[in-house]
Amino acid sequence: MPRKASDFGIRSNRLPEYAVDRDYELCIGCGVCIRQCSFDVHYLDEDHDTVRSRSELCVGCHRCSALCPTRALAIKPNPAQYRAHGSWSGEHVKDINLQAETGGVVLTGSGNDKRAPVYWDNLLINASQVTNPSIDPLREPMELRTHLGARLDAVNIQAGSLDSRLPPTIPISTPIVFSALSYGAVSFQVQLALAQAAQELGTLWNTGEGGFHPRLREYGSNTIVQVASGRFGVDLDYLNSARMVEIKIGQGAKPGIGGHLAGEKVSKDVSATRMIPEGTDAISPAPQHDIYSIEDLRMLVFALKEATNYKVPVSVKIAAVHNAPAIASGMVRAGADVIAIDGFRGGTGAAPKVIRDNVGLPIEFALAAVDQRLRDEGIRNRVSIIAGGGVRNAADVVKAIALGADAVYVGTAALIAIGCTLCQKCYSGKCNWGIATQDPYLAKRVNPDIARRRLVNLVKGWSHEIKEMLGGMGINAIESLRSNRSQLRGIGLTAEELSILGVKPAGG
Amino acid sequence: MCTTGLFAEIDALGLSYSELNQRVRIAVESGARRLVLRNVAGQRYIGTNLYGCADRQGLSGLLLEIHGTPGNDLGAFLDGPTIVVYGNAMDGTGNTMTSGRIVIHGRAGDITGLSARGGEIFVRDSVGYRTGVHMKQYQGNRPVIVIGGTSQDFLGEYMAGGIIILLGLHLKANEPHACNRLCSGMHGGAVFVRGTLRHGSLGHGVSVQPLNADDRQLVAVYVSRYAELFGADADSIMNASFTKLVPATGRPYKQLYAY
Ligand code: SF4
Ligand code: SF4
Repeated sequence: MPRKASDFGIRSNRLPEYAVDRDYELCIGCGVCIRQCSFDVHYLDEDHDTVRSRSELCVGCHRCSALCPTRALAIKPNPAQYRAHGSWSGEHVKDINLQAETGGVVLTGSGNDKRAPVYWDNLLINASQVTNPSIDPLREPMELRTHLGARLDAVNIQAGSLDSRLPPTIPISTPIVFSALSYGAVSFQVQLALAQAAQELGTLWNTGEGGFHPRLREYGSNTIVQVASGRFGVDLDYLNSARMVEIKIGQGAKPGIGGHLAGEKVSKDVSATRMIPEGTDAISPAPQHDIYSIEDLRMLVFALKEATNYKVPVSVKIAAVHNAPAIASGMVRAGADVIAIDGFRGGTGAAPKVIRDNVGLPIEFALAAVDQRLRDEGIRNRVSIIAGGGVRNAADVVKAIALGADAVYVGTAALIAIGCTLCQKCYSGKCNWGIATQDPYLAKRVNPDIARRRLVNLVKGWSHEIKEMLGGMGINAIESLRSNRSQLRGIGLTAEELSILGVKPAGG
Repeated sequence: MCTTGLFAEIDALGLSYSELNQRVRIAVESGARRLVLRNVAGQRYIGTNLYGCADRQGLSGLLLEIHGTPGNDLGAFLDGPTIVVYGNAMDGTGNTMTSGRIVIHGRAGDITGLSARGGEIFVRDSVGYRTGVHMKQYQGNRPVIVIGGTSQDFLGEYMAGGIIILLGLHLKANEPHACNRLCSGMHGGAVFVRGTLRHGSLGHGVSVQPLNADDRQLVAVYVSRYAELFGADADSIMNASFTKLVPATGRPYKQLYAY
């Protein structure tokens, strides 16, 4: 008996988002698509010995069409759309129907996909012509190394030697750091690839808030561990096995709200890493209940410094929100060595769509405003800034650094390198690309060796492009670009936008 | 500081928390297993910085006796040692604790035992807000908090595992516990309450149950430890009515989302 669409909970009054277009001239009935699709779209119609599809269940991840040996499959936006309407998009209609059916909160994954302006695209990078020479990075020294951590306001020199205790800093060989992707949200294979790539590249990866798997601890010197409201897997071993500890206050994709990993995803191994029983929901409360103020934040920052004997920098990560500059100032005064700001295009394993798409700020504004505020207060040296949330290529990295970042966090770009096609179904645990899943059958689709190589290639490629852009500007060290906003010009921006970004208009 | 063999005594007067904690660490490194800290006045994170300064056995056998009032985050991340306070404790006692024991001969403040994953906390008197918030248990590790007095609001909030025993020893006959919104968002563990709760004082999704024989036995074990520590009479404590608060469901948010 072929299974009917209604067996899969399809509701009749929602139009399918995608149409599976199978070219029966090409289809050889091999069944690859049936095995590859975890959403049960394709099935064998035994009566007619034909492979058919239930388009209603398709999430548009393109796994099947990518793997179809005869290229018989094309996944297209469903041509049968709701009546076009300038105010009510098909997505609005669909979500209303979904909520009318369930009464629930519409869940999504990945990053904000709305047409909110991407300000990187309104910024142009400078280059030298005549008056100062550009530099050829292939033949001349070019420094991408930077150091994450606090710098003292002043140092004492006694009898020719240093008499100040320097805070711990971490050298990274390129200003690109892998952002938090927790075990539970992503598979072990993905974390292994990130950890190995970070080691090979001389940079850092971030465990996220889901604990630090024992088999990954050998990569500790390239690892940032997170302390979030759930405190999953946090103990003294955890804190002391990492290079940096990050307090997660918020995340760009879902500022101000907590989260929870559904019990289905808390497998034996996830349970051991998070240190919670198998199959229970892993709930992260919205706030950290020991942090209700900057003073409280300082208490946790120094609890972590005491717990690690002041050997590692402590980072505090916040979502980019309206008063980020004032909060950042407080974070610095609370003793953070690094502050991470995550813009509203940052990705997530699961978030209510209404939050993901409406709450927070673009990273470009938050970063520029935070950097300026810390400079105005004379405390910028006390922290490094890591900016994340929608960094898509090397140009975005250069622009972020010119706006004031020391380094950037990349999450979505790293996942795309591993195979993610932005289908936004990460919360389902059925990621056909083997990334956002704990199902061993799906997770083994990511070969950690290949994934590591692809991550290394990506970051190397970007790093080389960054050097080319730096060379073009006549700059030979990434640290000379930090907050060097004269290297940027804005195009298509209002005077207010330009002033917040601290850049002149193109031509000015 | 004076260290003789296994014993050390430190006068905390005028020391910053990092100075005090550093001295404690050095004493433990040089072999002290019983430390008496005198004149403690608000220094934070006592017992937090001992990672790696002795082996497991050494840390588990370590006793820190505190005279005075330790500051916030006493024994945060504690893994092994026993801390005894002759006085009150402030906020965050046993924050994210893994194992060991903390005994307070007095009162403890807010978020006592926040996110603890193991170990025991005994408080002779009452505790502040949000005690035991988001405690969890894992395999053999089950955190336990025993409170002689009562609690302020949100006891056991978000609780995912472990046990809290609230004794209300100072309450008059028929006087209910003071706390509201007990166990809001609870999805694991159990809270045992001696005496009565005010009507409507439970948080959302909590189920009230009588104790079964196993529960009574479990409570009796910790009550007798409490009685031993603070010189109370275990039998007369047990000779009262108890209720058990457990989550109505282990998956409180299962129905919340649509996709
Ligand atoms: S969900 Fe992915 S694999 Fe399944 S039919 Fe759609 S595009 Fe193909
Ligand atoms: S990680 Fe997987 S489920 Fe999430 S957007 Fe990418 S391909 Fe889709």
